[in-house]
Amino acid sequence: MAKNEHRVKMAEFAISSAPGVLITIGLGSCVGIALYDKRSKIGGLLHIMLPTNKKDLKPAKYADTGIPHMIEEMEKKGAKKRRMVAKIAGGAQMFSMGGDNSGLKVGERNVIKVKDILKEKNIDIIGEDVGKNYGRTMKFYTEDGKVLITSHRQDDNIL
Amino acid sequence: MANDDLVQHLTKMQKDALKEIGNIGAGNAATAFSQFLNTKIDMTVPSAEVLSLSEVPEVTGNADQDVVGILLQAMGEAPASLLFLLSEKSAEHLLSSILDKEIDINEIDEMEISAMKEIGNILSGSYLSALNKLTGFNLIQSVPGFAHDMAAAVISSSMVPLSQASDYTLLIETQFLDGDHEIEGYFMLIPHLGSLKKILNSLGIET
Repeated sequence: MAKNEHRVKMAEFAISSAPGVLITIGLGSCVGIALYDKRSKIGGLLHIMLPTNKKDLKPAKYADTGIPHMIEEMEKKGAKKRRMVAKIAGGAQMFSMGGDNSGLKVGERNVIKVKDILKEKNIDIIGEDVGKNYGRTMKFYTEDGKVLITSHRQDDNIL
Repeated sequence: MANDDLVQHLTKMQKDALKEIGNIGAGNAATAFSQFLNTKIDMTVPSAEVLSLSEVPEVTGNADQDVVGILLQAMGEAPASLLFLLSEKSAEHLLSSILDKEIDINEIDEMEISAMKEIGNILSGSYLSALNKLTGFNLIQSVPGFAHDMAAAVISSSMVPLSQASDYTLLIETQFLDGDHEIEGYFMLIPHLGSLKKILNSLGIET
């Protein structure tokens, strides 16, 4: 991994500024949320697992607590919420199941919640690559806000 | 005590007991494995590790590598997830020994996926029957799910039922190897909220 690249693990987030690159590998039902302030070139990447934090657990694991938390931390570093735009990826259903298993619809529920929270925060989603049934890796370039989505099933996609 | 508290404060004796469950369960599964492959399958001594959820997708050592995963839920007194992970090469090797033809994992059809699920079924079944015998529980398994993708995506998606209640997990993990190391597989038992306490208590261990 190059020097200015930073790896974001599941249920974590990281903030970087140009020329930093933020990477999260293997989003399945999880959703990656890249927030970018073009003016300050500050970007944050969050890797959530679930929609709602009901038990006061690790904020970055959930859409409803992780997104506001990352926005706050980005603002502390000089980004402005009103300038932020979002790109999101993930929310797949990884396992083909014969029987019903509501737990495995979580990808879809994650995406809905992420969109709700971003709407609440007045942040526009300007790119998305979500759903279906394959894993995705996100590479977020804070130099220009570009997000590269790679998977083992589809061609690369630039958001 | 809540599950996440217990999982973070397991004593050595409690961990040893859980490892022993892994040992007996996986031993049973390895025997089943040997029988249908008609070859000797070895297994490593299981590990019982408490990990933060963020670390779990990294356990195979390469989050980006394609793997085959078969996921089942154990339902009953102590719900848990059972995840059987195989390298692509191992999955091909397994399928070709069972179906007696060349297999390309990137081209597998419904029938071959179904055979793969059945392998997961048999292994989990023998694992669970050992667990049931030890604990006196009557856990039954769900229909298996199949995934073939990046290890991190497969593993993280298997953690969902547990992750709703805790930031940590106990992973009881065993590796299977055949003589030529052609089968590299992980078998993981991931207890859900409250199950850890029930399993330990059923063995007569206080929590």
